Amino acid sequence: MQALFGQLLIGLINGSFYAMLSLGLAVIFGLLNIINFTHGAQYMMGAFCAWFLLNKAGVGYWWALLIAPVVVGAVGVLIERTMLSRLYKLDHLYGLLLTFGLALIIQGLFRNDFGSSGLPYQIPLELAGGVNLGFMFLPIYRAWVIVASLVVCFSTWYVIERTKLGSYLRAATENPVLVQAFGVNVPRMITLTFGFGVGLAALAGVMAAPIYQVNPLMGADLIIVVFAVVVIGGMGSIMGAILTGFGLGIVEGLTKYFYPEASNTVIFVVMVIVLLFRPAGLFGRER
Amino acid sequence: MKALKRSLLALAIAGTFAAGAAQAQISDNMIKIGVLTDMSSLYTDLAGAGSVAAARMAVEDSGIEKRGYKVEIISADHQNKPDVGSALARQWYDVDKVDVIVDVPNSGVALAVNQITRDKGKAFLASGPASSDLTGKACSPNTVHWTYDTWMLANGTGGAIVKSGGDSWFFITADYAFGLALERDTEAVVLKNGGKVLGKVRAPINTQDFSSFLLQAQASKAKIIGLANAGGDTTNSIKQAAEFGIVKGGQNLAGLLVFLTDVHSLGLATAQGLIITNTFYWDTNDQTRAFAKRFAALDKGIYPTMVHAGVYASLLHYFKAVEALKSDDGTKVIAKMKEMPTDDPLFGKGSIRVDGRKIHPAYLVEVKKPSESKYPWDYYKVRATIPADQAFRPLADGGCFLVK
Repeated sequence: MQALFGQLLIGLINGSFYAMLSLGLAVIFGLLNIINFTHGAQYMMGAFCAWFLLNKAGVGYWWALLIAPVVVGAVGVLIERTMLSRLYKLDHLYGLLLTFGLALIIQGLFRNDFGSSGLPYQIPLELAGGVNLGFMFLPIYRAWVIVASLVVCFSTWYVIERTKLGSYLRAATENPVLVQAFGVNVPRMITLTFGFGVGLAALAGVMAAPIYQVNPLMGADLIIVVFAVVVIGGMGSIMGAILTGFGLGIVEGLTKYFYPEASNTVIFVVMVIVLLFRPAGLFGRER
Repeated sequence: MKALKRSLLALAIAGTFAAGAAQAQISDNMIKIGVLTDMSSLYTDLAGAGSVAAARMAVEDSGIEKRGYKVEIISADHQNKPDVGSALARQWYDVDKVDVIVDVPNSGVALAVNQITRDKGKAFLASGPASSDLTGKACSPNTVHWTYDTWMLANGTGGAIVKSGGDSWFFITADYAFGLALERDTEAVVLKNGGKVLGKVRAPINTQDFSSFLLQAQASKAKIIGLANAGGDTTNSIKQAAEFGIVKGGQNLAGLLVFLTDVHSLGLATAQGLIITNTFYWDTNDQTRAFAKRFAALDKGIYPTMVHAGVYASLLHYFKAVEALKSDDGTKVIAKMKEMPTDDPLFGKGSIRVDGRKIHPAYLVEVKKPSESKYPWDYYKVRATIPADQAFRPLADGGCFLVK
């Protein structure tokens, strides 16, 4: 029983990464209708950015949390302006192919320069160590990851679903021409939204750096899972992505305990089942 | 027309060599080496492009080309998938006229290549894979297993740890041929030395987060957590074990297969104190150091792992056998390789047994503390040398059909 509590908590921690990553994807898909396959690469770039800041500029973890999303987000904006914006009128598939290709190129370049074993990044001193909860030893850093992820996820949800800015965004997706007629600069808003989604990926990357190795392939392994999370949650549903992210983290954690061999397939099994019964995903609307 | 052109070309090439007649037995007048390795995933640094560089260095240092032989090296990425690796091996042997496949990290792929090589009568010089089955129940007259194997790792690291008091174990095992073989061989060593195994968990290859498994290991109260995995899986488990206070809590980690590149990537602050079994360390003597410096210049500054060294040394020996036989017929060359004693700058003098197992000493090393490391890649201190005749599984125990 004690062990089970531990596994639930671990699942929640991994879930917070899934939630943060799938949130970025859901924002980009829900508001821009782009299936952003570079998301994993951007998560990886976030982690690398933190590594560079620490090792080349002596800038620590806390500043990296702020700087990396801005830098990687800017790269995202550049990609959106120069490439993606040309594809909006075409089928989703073109955006998917473009971003997928970009992801392979980015990952290839990083792997070529930094190898596959990854680079070390230590946990910041303030968050080192852990507390004994009785049923498990909880590293303070992991606790921080859950809290930070919850804050980020729910503030994003709040901004998009509950504020005026969010309502502009949603309106712009439904009918860009009309919103533009009200004097809102829709292309700029879309660009910034894309940049924000990418920034979320980079933020997750910085938070992942002290736990995993900073590795050129860290995003490639994760992106498929995260896509499954988004599909299960319902493409484009913000709350769906958040809840499914945490939920599937827990499902995966429990699988690691009861039947570890299946732990990297269980999410796809869930995906198949959900798609059979609810093709639009758990929280998605049929269009 | 095309065929005519090709044969004319072949004639012209053959004509340029005075020793043309000597190579009557070299298929297509060319020794073609296929480096089949991981170019894109977790074993890229410990093998990968470095293995291709090592093969190049072997061709250069053997001087075989100066004596009139033509050698070509090709390489490919098996993506750690046995089906991809098998398809590549078949295409290489059937279409591309490859004579010998080298390296092949990932035991799953290697076992497949081992079988194909045998069916086609070619040669396989295994440096990357670990499974001791390659010279056991899956042994083949066409394979030499050069660098290391799971029995040797288990015996070296496992044996040393049990003898120094680490008598209760919990395994975190990579869930495929390699991990299972390593777990099996280590468990046997633990039990033989009076230890016990309290539990084990099989983690899928390329797992990012090991915390669930580490938690289970922690709960088992085992003194030693044996990591029967490799590459990125090992570095992630070691790093996260530190995070979860496993070592501070009184349990110890046994990295059963840790490569130099893994230690480099973890950093000494995290990796210090790990006990590792190795068959090659670059900082052993002047010859190995010279090799390492040349190698690093070719492979993005990475210092050679034992896998890289094995690719180099096995090819040197392969060339000697080819030249002695004046043939590159796979079955004959492998037989000749077993007949001839080995001698190379990296592993020293040794031999290859009838089951295909290359025999050389193994070194039990400890990862240095950051304060003890004086120059780049100065990571290991040697604690003990396991003599060649004890480092590997006794010939009779493997169950290889070639042993009579």
